[in-house]
Amino acid sequence: MEQGVLLTESADIDFMIHGVFSYELFGQTVWITTTHICVLIVMLVIIAFCLAANRVVKHASEVPGTFQNIVEMVVEMLDNMIGGVMGKFSPKFRNYIGTIFIFIFLSNISGLFGLRPPTADYGVTFALGIMTFVIIHYNQFKYQKVKGVIAGLCDPWPIWAPINIIGEIAVPISLSLRLFANVLSGTVMMALIYGLLSKIAIIWPGALHIYFDLFSGAIQTYVFCMLTMTYIANACETD
Amino acid sequence: MEFNTNFILGCSAIGAGLAVIAGIGPGIGQGIAAGHAAAAVGRNPGAKSDITSTMLLGQAVAETTGLYGLLIAMLLLFVKPLGK
Repeated sequence: MEQGVLLTESADIDFMIHGVFSYELFGQTVWITTTHICVLIVMLVIIAFCLAANRVVKHASEVPGTFQNIVEMVVEMLDNMIGGVMGKFSPKFRNYIGTIFIFIFLSNISGLFGLRPPTADYGVTFALGIMTFVIIHYNQFKYQKVKGVIAGLCDPWPIWAPINIIGEIAVPISLSLRLFANVLSGTVMMALIYGLLSKIAIIWPGALHIYFDLFSGAIQTYVFCMLTMTYIANACETD
Repeated sequence: MEFNTNFILGCSAIGAGLAVIAGIGPGIGQGIAAGHAAAAVGRNPGAKSDITSTMLLGQAVAETTGLYGLLIAMLLLFVKPLGK
């Protein structure tokens, strides 16, 4: 007996990651999945936007046009957000935070355009979490030196060190799981609605798309960047 | 001891249902946060945008525990680690 689907088998509920094609690499079978393709599409969109923005900014006019206005608005918004949280450290991390902000935001809202959001794959969000983890600890060693890091680990007493180490390791895991689970829950909800209510799902799922893809995606992007900035600013602080 | 696969799958479904009870906690917490934010806006309407962003950040962090419950339910239902 087929135990594959616990839900009704007649409905085509589909929110899983699918393999598109596979190839052999050093004896391992590597799959190119839908996540890779969606990441590629998102990347192409970002690259096209960046090239267009670069061209517009290089020939910037005194009275900005529509696209120049949009670019300036995005940059100003990011600058204000990063400057408000990180203060004097903001110039060094503007690039990183801006990049992950735009990438996560476009990934989250790509569900609106019929793609499976790349951030609903734990591989993508875990990579983002690991990047943040590396940046936090690089800056911690750079600014607080080895002595400060050890002092931070033995914060109340040296016996606390194992718990502090677990707390440090939990940072990227909780960051990435939060983003992953939020986007995945939205994807699953939309798949259930389209799969189980396919007869009557005519126009009203649009409102749910606004909530699950646009609102939830924007909030989670903001939260991810905000927490990343807070952690990095904490790591940079010397006392 | 060998268990029937159907028995394991049924128990996994029950476990998934129990796991999403974790959603109660974040629901209460987010409600409290939103209530206090509303009170804060009432006292100081000028700081509305600051209060809103702080509230959303806190709610999203509080939501994490509920999402862990959801993840456990998802794993039990679709990855089926016990029914192999």
